[in-house]
Amino acid sequence: MKPLLHVENLSIRLPKGADREFAIRNVNYELMPGELLCVVGESGSGKSMTANAVMGLLPKVIEVDSGAVTFDGFDLTSLEERRARALRGNRISMIFQEPMTALNPLMRVEDQISEVFLIHTAMSATERHDRTLALLEDVGLPDPKKMLRAYPHQLSGGQRQRVMIAMALALEPAVLIADEPTTALDVTTQAQILKLIKELQHKHNTAVMFITHDFGVVAEIADRVVVMEKGEMVELGKRDEVLNHPQHPYTKKLIAAVPPLVSPQREVSVHQEAPILQVKNLCKTYTTGGSWFTKARIVKAADDVNFELHRGETLGLVGESGSGKSTVSRCVVRLLEADSGQILLAGNEIQSLNSKQLMPFRKRIQMVFQDPYASLNPRKTIGQIIADGPIAQGMPATDALAKAAELLELVELPKTALDRYPHEFSGGQRQRIGIARALAHDPEVLVADEAISALDVSVQAQILELIDVLKKRLNLAVLFVVHDLRVAAQVCDRVIVMEKGKIVEMGETSQVFEAPIHEYTKSLIASIPGAHWRSGVEDNQSIEIMEAQV
Amino acid sequence: MSVQTLLYIGGRLVKGAAVLLVIAIFNFFLIRMAPGDPAQVLAGEAGATDAIFLQQLREQFGLDQPLYYQLWIYVSNLMQFDMGITYRQQMPVFDLIMDRMPATLLLTGAAFLLSLLLGILAGVVAAAKHRKWADSAITVAALIFYATPLFWLAMMAALFFSVYLEWLPSFGMQTVGQDLTGWQKVTDIALHLILPASTLGLFFTAVYARMMRTSMIETSRLDFVKTAKAKGMKPSRVTTHHILRNALLPVVTLAGLQAGQLIGGAVLTETVFAWPGIGRLMFEALFQRDYNLLLGVFFVSSAMVVIFNLITDVIYCVVDPRIELSK
Amino acid sequence: MNVIKSLTQNKVAMVGFGILFMFVVIALFGPYLYDGSPWRMVQRPFLPPFQNSNYILGTDTLGRDVLAGLIYGARISLLVGLVSTTIALLIGIPLGAYAGYYGGWVDEVLMRFTEIFQTVPSFALAVVLVAIFEPSVYSITGAIAIVSWPPVARLVRGEFLSLRSQEYVLAAKLNGQTNRNIIMREILPNSLSPIIVLASLMVASAILLESSLSFLGLGDPEIMSWGYMIGAAKTVIRQAWWLSFIPGIAIAITVLSLNLLGEGLNEALNPKLSGKRES
Repeated sequence: MKPLLHVENLSIRLPKGADREFAIRNVNYELMPGELLCVVGESGSGKSMTANAVMGLLPKVIEVDSGAVTFDGFDLTSLEERRARALRGNRISMIFQEPMTALNPLMRVEDQISEVFLIHTAMSATERHDRTLALLEDVGLPDPKKMLRAYPHQLSGGQRQRVMIAMALALEPAVLIADEPTTALDVTTQAQILKLIKELQHKHNTAVMFITHDFGVVAEIADRVVVMEKGEMVELGKRDEVLNHPQHPYTKKLIAAVPPLVSPQREVSVHQEAPILQVKNLCKTYTTGGSWFTKARIVKAADDVNFELHRGETLGLVGESGSGKSTVSRCVVRLLEADSGQILLAGNEIQSLNSKQLMPFRKRIQMVFQDPYASLNPRKTIGQIIADGPIAQGMPATDALAKAAELLELVELPKTALDRYPHEFSGGQRQRIGIARALAHDPEVLVADEAISALDVSVQAQILELIDVLKKRLNLAVLFVVHDLRVAAQVCDRVIVMEKGKIVEMGETSQVFEAPIHEYTKSLIASIPGAHWRSGVEDNQSIEIMEAQV
Repeated sequence: MSVQTLLYIGGRLVKGAAVLLVIAIFNFFLIRMAPGDPAQVLAGEAGATDAIFLQQLREQFGLDQPLYYQLWIYVSNLMQFDMGITYRQQMPVFDLIMDRMPATLLLTGAAFLLSLLLGILAGVVAAAKHRKWADSAITVAALIFYATPLFWLAMMAALFFSVYLEWLPSFGMQTVGQDLTGWQKVTDIALHLILPASTLGLFFTAVYARMMRTSMIETSRLDFVKTAKAKGMKPSRVTTHHILRNALLPVVTLAGLQAGQLIGGAVLTETVFAWPGIGRLMFEALFQRDYNLLLGVFFVSSAMVVIFNLITDVIYCVVDPRIELSK
Repeated sequence: MNVIKSLTQNKVAMVGFGILFMFVVIALFGPYLYDGSPWRMVQRPFLPPFQNSNYILGTDTLGRDVLAGLIYGARISLLVGLVSTTIALLIGIPLGAYAGYYGGWVDEVLMRFTEIFQTVPSFALAVVLVAIFEPSVYSITGAIAIVSWPPVARLVRGEFLSLRSQEYVLAAKLNGQTNRNIIMREILPNSLSPIIVLASLMVASAILLESSLSFLGLGDPEIMSWGYMIGAAKTVIRQAWWLSFIPGIAIAITVLSLNLLGEGLNEALNPKLSGKRES
């Protein structure tokens, strides 16, 4: 069989002053008809570069240096712009990561889709209308007739991504490029979209180049895999071979960092002492959009939430966006005011305290935040950032700085970091600084609010390990807010599953994952991409890799 | 029109009325704070020597009554557009202002449309030729006009086009002494309008051109533009169908907010070109120290801005489907 | 520092800075170095420029030295521009900071208040204020400050509104920092860049406003200013166009240089401090 798309020795040069000379260098791979090829890599690996070059979406300062991408006998990198445009959206099309911003906010869905017909075909207005309607039905949107008239802001993220897919497949292209199309979506929506792409691919025999960072997704849908590292292609092969017998050390490292979807055997600890944190009947509602004349929309973000947390325990708070897990975590640390309910910290009611009375309790319950780029004040030195808390609690400045130095050591950063500013550190290092800041108070409870979800998978693993080590050493109680179920399965002793502000299931991690009771939990677990891969003990290979890594 | 839209417009009307009420109260206290007897302040320089007129004012504004009562009288009068009588013209202030209103509406309206069209065009061209000479030329021109005092530009334009080249009239709104009718009258007014409208408009052209350029460049970096390019359409279609409309929104909003500035500019332009509008009236009131007239013009021009803002709000919620009428 | 470096590399901004520096020097020392009063009649009226080496720029309708007028005018323009902007910042920053940080009804009240000032035609308001309180350098500066603070308040509010939910601010709350500390040490330093840029542009528009007021005859009668010079020459523009031309150029150059500097500052301060990269 002849390849549809042939990437030959492709090198793309970065502008001067970038952190490396080439975005990608000497990349070679082929996309065969009807196959689904996953291009995998961490951020900065250059995994999207080839796709952008094919679609003419490279920024002006970035140029193809050498090599070719051949399609239908033409080299797309040197093809005359007018002829390349005739192919785009027609024979080769693309969908993007952010469904929220990828559609024109001022155009109706119908106009955005039928624009493709308008550009590439001579269809009449009625034909365009009928085809567009048929497409919306194809991608499984509810009430397609009404959808036609809708504006993007009236649709959910998953619906918008379906519109994008409809648009991309409008002219039955030979090649579909999907650039992280499910990364911004919730896990259940992701599962639906992946299924849809797979279905449509089979139906129309489309070749798909699927760019992703998630090995779970690879395991779920790929036929073949390309692994990219810092602009170099390090591995290419069939899915099962790459996943189960990776050759290159980088691939091995990446795969080892993916948490297996089985919770390790844990000692079921019977807690003798009283729980350090108790949450009773917590309720919080948000009201939005209300005014004199219109009815307000009321969202219950926390609806009668009850749980307990013991020292030395990691409790996972799991759910999709809008489940209320973040609201609960922020109410617990009193960044948000709950409407009703009780929060007991070591038996002390802190929910009803005013800010002055709360002061002494603040240091006993601390938080690690999600975004390592936004959680450190860019105008303060690392020393100030860590020492600020103890100083505010009354510790003399010199003592606080000495303590900051100790903490840096604890989170495995050099002491020289004290006088430097956040922008000099990588995401993973910043997250360590964030942990050090939280620990500066010697807290008893640590709330980690999606503390690893903004990090690359290999860095994630390191931070998770650090948190685990610290938990044991300092006998912390950790409330771990997380949307990634693989992570939850690995690090949590117990998990709470939330849906629309309510706790739907709570229990030992292994029990929840192996024998979920609630329907929602079942659907969540079923939606995890690549659930069959690295989920059972029979998968010796992964254990070998883990050992090789350690 | 839906009930929601009507309710929305109603809400904006209430808000606008509230703003005007505050301005009325503010006016009242300004009169108290001015040096001298309030009656004399109200009478202005010409009327302050006429004892009968002063007495009349005292009665009309209840100046021998307690302060809160005076406030009540003043504000309720103002809300009924009763602003007293100017001594010099012997005419109700409100009628005088309304007499001059059409001229100002014509001038500011023409200047607004001119500057919006020209500014948007210049901004689009500059953004399309980003970092090329056309962009530089437009940017430099915009910077210069943005920095030039409006009244000075008006004077120089009058000097050049009217005195030196003798192309265009630079005084008043119509040729004095000729009773023109029909089309001749229209052409005559149009000729008189060119210089004032374009000098007033040039400053705002510069403002809008700069805003539009930035807005176009920022919008062209958004994700949906990538989607549009990936559909395989021509760059020109990407610009006209996707970037332009989205880039216009912030410019239209800001243009609406700038309506007040336009009135301020009209005071200067009308003064230079002797255009018989409320801006010129304001200058006359200043010159004659007729504070009641001055505050009257101030109040009415604020009302104009409120109405203008209301119109832009309504237009905006038609243009942008995302605006929920509730807010 | 990074900002100063990228600013000094920006030629256009440096031209603006150079011109502005020259005007500041003239404003500060000119009256001591150049012997001449702007009010004294020194020569025959309507002396054109470059005819008499003692009075290079000629004389005005009353035979007063135009160059002396320009030098004293620079003083008042820059003084009014700087002082009124400072006052406007002192009103606008706290107002915007409180509205943005506390949100809720505080925000509602403060922003309605600001909105009223934004709706009122600002130049007309300045005219009314100066006229009622009698023209003087104080009333002019005050009036300009009163009409120019609303944009500051709105800008600062917007910055505070977006920064107050940043995670480093939340972390400061969890540290038990006082609101005052959070406002002053966490949020304000991170919202300074746009404020600095806006301030430089505000000085420029304050100078334009001052000249417009003087042009209408609302200048301080004790002080010679550029706007007054243009206004006084208005009726004789046919006989002596240079009398209104020269001060106008002075205003335009000053304002232009401030705008150029502001643009340069914007470019130097805008690149985000956080080094987020796209994949």
